[in-house]
Amino acid sequence: MSQAQIEIQLIAIVVSVACALPGVFLMLRRMAMMSDAISHAILLGIVLAFFVTQNLSSPLLVIGAALTGVLTVVLVELLHRTRLVREDAAIGLIFPLLFSLGVILISRYAGNIHLDIDAVLLGELAFAPFDRLMVFGRDIGPKSLYLMLGILFLNICFIGIFFKELKLVSFDSGLAMALGFSPTLIHYSLMSLVSVTAVGAFDAVGSILVVALMIGPPVSAYLLTDRLSILLLLSSGIGIIASVSGYWMANLMDSSIAGSMATMVGFLFLLIYLFAPNKGLVSLARRRRRQKIQFALEMLLVHILNHQGKPEAQRECHVGHLSEHLYWDKDLSRQVLKQGEREDYLQRQDDYLFLTPEGQDIAEKSMLR
Amino acid sequence: MSDKLKNQNPQNAVEVEDLTVAYQEKPVLWDVDLHVPQGVLQAIIGPNGAGKTTLIKSILGLVKPSAGRILIYGQPYEEQRDLVAYVPQRGSVDWDFPTSVLDVVMMGRYGSLGWFKRPGKKEHQLALEALEKVGMSEFSRRQISQLSGGQQQRVFLARALTQDAQVYFMDEPFQGVDATTEKAIITLLKDLRAAGKTVLVVHHDLQTVSEYFDWVLLLNVRRISCGPVQEVFTDQNLKLAYGGKVSFLTHHTHTEQDQITNI
Repeated sequence: MSQAQIEIQLIAIVVSVACALPGVFLMLRRMAMMSDAISHAILLGIVLAFFVTQNLSSPLLVIGAALTGVLTVVLVELLHRTRLVREDAAIGLIFPLLFSLGVILISRYAGNIHLDIDAVLLGELAFAPFDRLMVFGRDIGPKSLYLMLGILFLNICFIGIFFKELKLVSFDSGLAMALGFSPTLIHYSLMSLVSVTAVGAFDAVGSILVVALMIGPPVSAYLLTDRLSILLLLSSGIGIIASVSGYWMANLMDSSIAGSMATMVGFLFLLIYLFAPNKGLVSLARRRRRQKIQFALEMLLVHILNHQGKPEAQRECHVGHLSEHLYWDKDLSRQVLKQGEREDYLQRQDDYLFLTPEGQDIAEKSMLR
Repeated sequence: MSDKLKNQNPQNAVEVEDLTVAYQEKPVLWDVDLHVPQGVLQAIIGPNGAGKTTLIKSILGLVKPSAGRILIYGQPYEEQRDLVAYVPQRGSVDWDFPTSVLDVVMMGRYGSLGWFKRPGKKEHQLALEALEKVGMSEFSRRQISQLSGGQQQRVFLARALTQDAQVYFMDEPFQGVDATTEKAIITLLKDLRAAGKTVLVVHHDLQTVSEYFDWVLLLNVRRISCGPVQEVFTDQNLKLAYGGKVSFLTHHTHTEQDQITNI
């Protein structure tokens, strides 16, 4: 690996963790789409701050952009509070407005500088290592790596210090307010954090990928755990895997790094969605199947209990007649019998079924239910 | 805390005067007065949309009133937060939130912890004791997504118990719980009353009002009546609160009165 490759991956890793952390709380607060709104609307802030400073690497750009991010949230809430517009519709109205104002300003007044729409949407991670941070004339690494490390540090501090408050406000904002923790304050602090993160990440990876990295990893991790602290760790881990594997996929296919990383986020989600141990589709289906067989077995035990030792037992308890009497298909009958014999509830003698004492016990209990 | 209790008029745990709350100029509560003496178990009843939840929320500062004064032991709520515990409606939170029973119960201690401080051993212990009281000890490590409705309600109650408050506000604690849980909850509420606490409960089942509570507020946007159950929970007041829809109620109150005369 060349030094540039290592640096690109380092930036990608830091960006993905920095995005995943506030993303967890966005997801839990059902505000996933707010990340989309903020990451687009900040363009206007960047452009306006650029007009003031005439300098693309000024820290004012971050502040200006973060302010527009918060402005987006405020405007969406104001519009929503009039009760004339639903919240999702309000998001859909506000952020394209702010974003397109930014687009117009760029195309009208800033055509000749490095602020083009493509870079805004997709970023260009491949160029990130070219912009170096020099300290006392020494090259200490790419600028965006340090910017993102700073933002990551900020996010970790905020979530570390206000973990309890964030949890309370996200779970039960009514109680939070009654106990004297201002949900509004926490809310806007989190939104400012999301905005700052989006600005930093946006420079490196573009606005679409910011959304992918903020929402994809937390949503995937949510299918793997029921604990908030583990959720934060897993989200970061999934973000890292997606960004590093995305980078190598782009390398292999000679395509967009940002696009490949976002694709990997989606791919990882799909894998987890299908194969997560408890909440995944496959394990859900398997569990349902098992429950179905277990219940069918219980039915069979009760059926045998009812007819065992009676004159009709010949007919009712014959293996070959199961499908006729219980209207089961052959496959189900076979599996239920197998399960019954394996658990030692049933015995077979000359193709007639008998209950073992355990089976009798289960059947009697089932009837009482 | 004892100072706050001592200094004030000891009779009334909650005083509400001329409370009006409006959503978009539509009054939800209209000039409501309420005086709740210390140590009563009070039901707040009234039809849907009568403003029962809004009343509780405005006392707790969650809804901003258009007018009116609210005092807890003679002081505004903001200064008496540590005297008040709140049990919101069970449906008001997301029970898929990734957290454990013990964690939720410990949230009751967050108020006295204040900003920044994390819950520690003491909070852990208090939460376990509260879970014990509601019969949920063995569920402390359970994820909240795996609880039944009745268990969720017990967790919320345990959370309120850890607040160790003087006044408890509960929004429909009996909603969607089975008979066993309802009995367990009412025993708990009576224990609180026996310990001198004041409990206000939004309640829906008119059949059980006289059995469970000793004080009652009938509400329908305006205050219909408030006071001891025997005086206030009458046929006439119920008609006033519920309008024409009270045929089954009148029947019920008659049998209630019959029972009383029989005794």
